[in-house]
Formats: sequence, C-alpha cells, structure tokens
Amino acid sequence: MDDLTRQILELLEDNARLTAKEISVMLNVDAAEVQSVIKSLEDKKVILKYLTLVNYEKLGEEKVSALIEVRITPQRDVGFDGVAERIYRFPEVRSMRLMSGTYDLAVFVEGRSMKEISHFVSTRLSTIEGVISTTTHFVLKAYKQDGVIMEDGEEDRRLMISP
Amino acid sequence: MTTMIRTDWSEKINPTVRDIPPSGIRRFFDLVTETKGVISLGVGEPDFVTPWHVREACIYSLEKGYTMYTSNSGLLELREAVAADLEKTYRVKYNPRTQLLITVGVSEGLDLCMRTLLQPGDEVLIPEPSYVSYAPCAVLAGGVPVFMSTGMEESFRITADLVQRSITPRTKVLLMCYPNNPTGAVMDRDELEKIAEVAVAHDLIVISDEIYDRLTYIGQHTCMAALPGMKERTLLLNGFSKAYAMTGWRVGYVAGNADFIAAMTKIHQYSMLCAPITGQMAALEALKNGQPGMRRMVEHYNRRRNVVVQAFRDMGLPCFEPGGAFYAFPQISVTGLSCENFAEELLKEEQVAVVPGNAFGQSGEGFVRVSYAASLDDLSEAFRRMGRFVRRRGVRSRVISAPIKIQRPEREGISQSL
Repeated sequence: MDDLTRQILELLEDNARLTAKEISVMLNVDAAEVQSVIKSLEDKKVILKYLTLVNYEKLGEEKVSALIEVRITPQRDVGFDGVAERIYRFPEVRSMRLMSGTYDLAVFVEGRSMKEISHFVSTRLSTIEGVISTTTHFVLKAYKQDGVIMEDGEEDRRLMISP
Repeated sequence: MTTMIRTDWSEKINPTVRDIPPSGIRRFFDLVTETKGVISLGVGEPDFVTPWHVREACIYSLEKGYTMYTSNSGLLELREAVAADLEKTYRVKYNPRTQLLITVGVSEGLDLCMRTLLQPGDEVLIPEPSYVSYAPCAVLAGGVPVFMSTGMEESFRITADLVQRSITPRTKVLLMCYPNNPTGAVMDRDELEKIAEVAVAHDLIVISDEIYDRLTYIGQHTCMAALPGMKERTLLLNGFSKAYAMTGWRVGYVAGNADFIAAMTKIHQYSMLCAPITGQMAALEALKNGQPGMRRMVEHYNRRRNVVVQAFRDMGLPCFEPGGAFYAFPQISVTGLSCENFAEELLKEEQVAVVPGNAFGQSGEGFVRVSYAASLDDLSEAFRRMGRFVRRRGVRSRVISAPIKIQRPEREGISQSL
C-alpha cells in the first residue's frame, strides 16, 4: 500500500464524509488524484461501505445485542465456511468472526428484545446442520465501539490563550 | 506613635522585576474568557491529551510508590533514554551522567542557562518575533536582550549576516528558537552552518530552544549541537511538551558541556531540587514507547497545516508557509487594522481568538498567530468566520488559489519591487 492510499484510508476511516477536495487540501495533492484513488478502492471493494456510528441509547431506543459463541463441525472441502455462510446471511447477525480457542464462531447479533434474540438462537441458529452448540452472552453496556468511546468526558480543558 | 498605612508596596520590589512589562497576552486572555462561544486558535499547546499509555504508566508509578525526590539531575534512566534518543536522532552524543540535566520544562532550562551564563550587561541575541520568555529571562539574569528582527520577506529566518551585524563586544549568547513560535519558521542546514561559524569566530554561546524539533514538516530539523564544532558551545533545550503532548507534566532537559551542566545543576538543586518524579516517569514511558503515537500526531498537524495555508490563500491574507511547530503567522495589516485591533475585533464580531503578533516582539506587528493545534471542525468553522471578517474589511478572497506573493501597501510616487 502506498503512502497516499494509507493516508486517504486513515482519513476516511475517521470521517467518511470528507470530500476528495478536502482530503486533497489536507494531503497537499491533486483533488483528481484523490478522487481516482478512492474510486479505485471502491471498485476493488477495499472500501466496502461508508457507515454512521450511532449511539441509540441517547434516543432512549431499546436495542439488545449479544455475543454468541458457536461451535460447528467443519465440512469436507469448505471447512468452516459453508456453515458460516448459512449463519452470516441472517440480517440479525451484525458481525461474525472465526476464532481460535474453545469455540469457532463469534456471532454478534442485534435485536429489539432479549426474547427476539433468544428466538433467533433457538429456532434459527442452533438448528442449522453442523452447529454443535451455542453460548449466548447478552451485552450489558457498550463502552467503546469501532475505536470510539461512547461517553467520552475528555473535553478540551486547555486555557483559551497561552503563549 | 504614628501609624503608617502603606498602600503601595511596589517600591519594595526589585526594580528589575518591577520594570518587566506583564505579558502582552494577559489582557487579551481576560477578554477571551469573558466572551461566549469562542473558537480559540490562540492556544500554544497540543490539542491532543497525553497518550493513554503514558498516563497509564504514570498511574502505575504512583501505585508502586514512586513519590520521592529523584537525583538533582533527574532519573538516570530518563537521562540515559534522552541521551540515546539524541544520539539516534541527531548523531550527537551526550554523557547522561555529566552532560544532561532534567528540568521543569524548557522554561526552567532557559532560566538556568541565562542565570548560569550572564553577567550584568552581557548581551543576548534573540530572533524576533519569538516566544515571550527569552527577553524577560535574560533581563532577570542581568543580561541585555538584543533583538534580531525578521520579517515575512526572509521567511522569519535569521541569517549569519544578521547575527554578525548584531554582535557587539558585549555579546555573549546567541539564542536560537527554531522551529519558531509564533511564526512556524524553520532554518535550513546551510544557513545554520554559517551561523555556527559566526558563533565560533566570536566565541558566542548558543542557547538553542528546540522544543518543536519533531514538529518539522518541510525538510529535516538540524540540531544546533550536531553541527561541526558546536556541541561544546551549545546549550540544547528540549522536552516532552510539544512532541508528546505533555505540556502540563513540566518535564524538559538541557544538554551541554559538563562544566555548564554542573553549574546549572547548582542553581537547579537549590531552587528546584528536582523535576517531579511523576512527570519524569511519564517522560520515560513516552521516550520508550511513544514514537509511533508521536509520529501520528505530527501527521495530523501536517494535514491541518495544509488546510491552514490553503485557507489563508483563499481568504486573501498573505501568509508564508510555516515549516514547523503548529502555528501560522498571517499578515493581517492588509485589513488596515493593527494586530491588536484585528484580534479584538475578530473576537467581538466572530468569536474567534488569535494572538496579536506584537505579543512576540515589535516585528510581530501587522501579524497574528494562529494555532492549528485544534480540531479540523473547529479550524474550518474558525476560517469561515475569519473569512467573513476580512471580507468586511475589504480583503478580496481569491477564488483560484495561487502562490502567495508578499503584498506591501503601495505608496504614491515610490515604486516598489520585491
């Protein structure tokens, strides 16, 4: 990865709303060049999507999420990928990773209530062929997500003017 | 029996102290704190909080009971780390046992240098515009500041020629301060070498304040002590405040020949004893593990610097491109206002705080210092407001940005060429 690409990605990861023009000023390069790098990253699916990180709790919205540890039986030829796909295709699954250690898949699920998630686990997830066991951990509180501290009390405390 | 009610104690104050004017920033500071909704670009310190690993290491040191004095010179481990860092960065070797002193920030280091070197009447050459402490510290130590004015025409750099012309039989010290606060100017190696030759020829001691050394964006910083023949006659001042966002910790250092350091240590041991151990522990962590984080911060400053330079171009305010620190020093005299009026009216009309250039010496008149140690959101909002402000003062904004030419008010009958 060249330095320009690295810097563009770093800036966009921090703030996806930056325009190519703004980025070009910050990096002191041509706007057209920035545009073409971004376009190429999008085409190659390096940049998958531009998302917004929302703290729904501030709106009083009830959202329940859980981490489900899933053990599965790997299959001939495809290993874990076949069963994995059957799981991650569900829209309830927000993110999912294959893990080393005592279980195989870490499945992050989001729903409107505990009941909804329980229902998903018992009727959808655990009934899939190849799933050996599931352990559901409900999230009690989110402190930090995607590098962002949810309630950051660290404001600017500097003197307004200093030499 | 007579009772005397004394109302004026000032006659009891040492006249040298009494006659030092209060900091030019003070009055403006009060004005800013009274105003609501201010975006301040007047801050002379990083907007980053000290990286967490440094803070965490400090908490751990407290848990472990590191709450005592350290050696007068500072923790040996910290001095060793500083020496290793200087050698790695600038190929200049200091003995951590005899040639380094940990101070309470560069501020104390500067004061120690002046008090150690100056006798009444000794002259100190100081570039101008420059940081507010140099001249008062020289005066308090009995010295006489001699200013070397620089302007935008020469990118706020001193030259060997200017140093040469400023030397008198009483000149003892040449103070260097690059990258510069408030201008953002940096020196190139060629000119520094010539200045070093002048210093050697006239037997000057160089005090080099290089607190912004890591915040260099154009070319590479040259350490004064790393130049041929300069290590012994240079007192190198640096610290952790700017590069590692550690201003409040108050940890800096002086590096120099063993004689100077021993003399400075005497003053330090009686007046300060040692720098606080908590800050020293944090500084050690910063040196050990703080390089990647520091480089990230420098990258952030550099991006903002580009934004700032472009903003002034678009606004139509002449501004030379700063190569270091985190300040820009645009020329605001094109608005027809003095720097103090500009800063005051900008604050009142648009709630943006900048520092009048004359706070940094007479040659700063006509300029203001704009700190870009601020978030990009704050910067862009501040520049929107500042743009409105200068347009109302008749400054034409440039739709198409072009390289800046220095503008001078044209006088009738005199043709000026630049």
